[in-house]
Amino acid sequence: MTDAGRGHRWRKFKNAAMLSLAGLAVLAAVVPLFMIFFYTLSRGIGSVNLDFFTQMPKPVGESGGGMANALAGSGILVGLGCLFGLPVGVMAGIYLAEFGQNRFGMVVRFMTDVMSGIPSIVVGVVAYILVVLPMGHFSALAGGVALALLMIPTVTRTTEEMLKLVPDSYREAALALGVQQWKASVRVILPAAMKGITTGLLLAIARAAGETAPLLFTALGNRFWSTDIGQPIASLTVIIFDYAKAPFEDWNRQAWAAAFVLIGLIFVVNLLFRYFTRDKYGRA
Amino acid sequence: MNIGDWLFKNLTRLFAVLVLAIVALMAWEMIRGSGASIGEFGWGFLTSSEWDPVQDLYGALPFIYGTVVSSLIALAIALPLSLGSAIFLSEIAPRWIEGPVAFMVELLAAIPSIVYGLWGMFVLVPWLRASVEPVISKNLGFIPLFRGAPYGFGMLAAGIILAIMILPIITSISRDVLRAIPGTQREAALALGATKWESTRIILASGKSGFLGATLLGLGRAVGETMAVTMVIGNRPEISLSLFDPGYSMASVIANEFAEATTEMYTSALIEIALVLFVVTLVLNAFARFIVWSVTKTSGGSR
Repeated sequence: MTDAGRGHRWRKFKNAAMLSLAGLAVLAAVVPLFMIFFYTLSRGIGSVNLDFFTQMPKPVGESGGGMANALAGSGILVGLGCLFGLPVGVMAGIYLAEFGQNRFGMVVRFMTDVMSGIPSIVVGVVAYILVVLPMGHFSALAGGVALALLMIPTVTRTTEEMLKLVPDSYREAALALGVQQWKASVRVILPAAMKGITTGLLLAIARAAGETAPLLFTALGNRFWSTDIGQPIASLTVIIFDYAKAPFEDWNRQAWAAAFVLIGLIFVVNLLFRYFTRDKYGRA
Repeated sequence: MNIGDWLFKNLTRLFAVLVLAIVALMAWEMIRGSGASIGEFGWGFLTSSEWDPVQDLYGALPFIYGTVVSSLIALAIALPLSLGSAIFLSEIAPRWIEGPVAFMVELLAAIPSIVYGLWGMFVLVPWLRASVEPVISKNLGFIPLFRGAPYGFGMLAAGIILAIMILPIITSISRDVLRAIPGTQREAALALGATKWESTRIILASGKSGFLGATLLGLGRAVGETMAVTMVIGNRPEISLSLFDPGYSMASVIANEFAEATTEMYTSALIEIALVLFVVTLVLNAFARFIVWSVTKTSGGSR
């Protein structure tokens, strides 16, 4: 065989080998996803029953019980996070989309991106200094502040991106009718982007619901029913942490159940996001 | 400009300023909170491995070591896999495969850290302990990295979990980088008779700095990751060469000890660790974003 022929064959072989390696890499990347889904499903689903949603945790040693307080707690914490975080994020996002084509806008954009990389545990420490220290004790309020700080960057950028997807012709049409600029923004652009923004917000909320680290020393946790935002409060994620570490099989079992509920929630929200943004954003 | 427009612009601008103010406030509060510890231990805080709450002596070296080593393991595993995935998704896969697979990789990023930790604790760690570590130490035990008892809980477990967790971000940014390279480059290579792989290599070369940015973003995530690491790293403040041995990370020590810190100096030392994490991730992210922005030339998403 000629040298050229051998070289050609070698090149073709290398081509096939490298391309299959890339394929294998994807496979290796996706396998953990299925494993995690499989385990949370198989170990968790058996323990998700009515008790799980309606009962309180049982004292140490007694099996059974549920996580009603943690579910309510997570709801309250995420609610507080939204209360503080969404207005800031959405308004800043509107600014970036409407007036952000300048140096200041670039700085804000850059800082939100950087802020989204700050570890959640660090955000928890900040919330501790800002809220727990002045109050003198752990509280749901502190947890809510921590979650809000975590949500702001995501909410800001999502809002901006969704607003920018609205065609310029909408604005031009409104302005041509003599509408003031702010009215065009609030009454025309914002409603047009509403669907995308809402699902984007849902995504940020789901992510906040899965946060654990910033709650450990802000909301702390609570074995009892509490809806007082001035007091420590239970949450689904912190209870998974506590139950996973505990040497009781029944608690481990319930930790899996809680993880299953959490994963289910996140999966559904992600699917929704993809569904609602599929033609504008998902393929981008 | 009429009053409504003025109000609208400045009201939204106020909130944009607020976002900047929050980052500044975070830095300021942590500098203030760690003042006691900084004053007491100075730079020695970063180089001492004494961590003794009873005597109120604090040095962060074992935690820094744990964070660095577990993150490096994670990068070593995640980097080839992410690059391979990015190449597959953007260069090879037909669209009907690309969409769903990319979605799955994104889902991986959406799984909460605590669920990774749970899975790591009850599935990964027992598996490492029973099947992986004994085999490695039997065959490669002459390398100090793989010596010692197979605990399961330790640096290796933390590194693997971290690798899975940072894979999505490196993959998705690398994909953006690849996508930003003009198609004409591929066509030119192919027209000269290059194979698919040869043309991909040319593309890879021109995306180099973008991949660096993606890697640094991944590193930033790994460094700050808390729950999953805390649940599998073993939480022992020791510096040990073996990857099988338990270690501790900066984020983990804050997670485990902050709520129980009894003295002011203890809290202050933990806040200083948080401050170090904050500065490191801030620098990493700023640098990485800067690179990625200049490569992809779009503002990207806040991924």
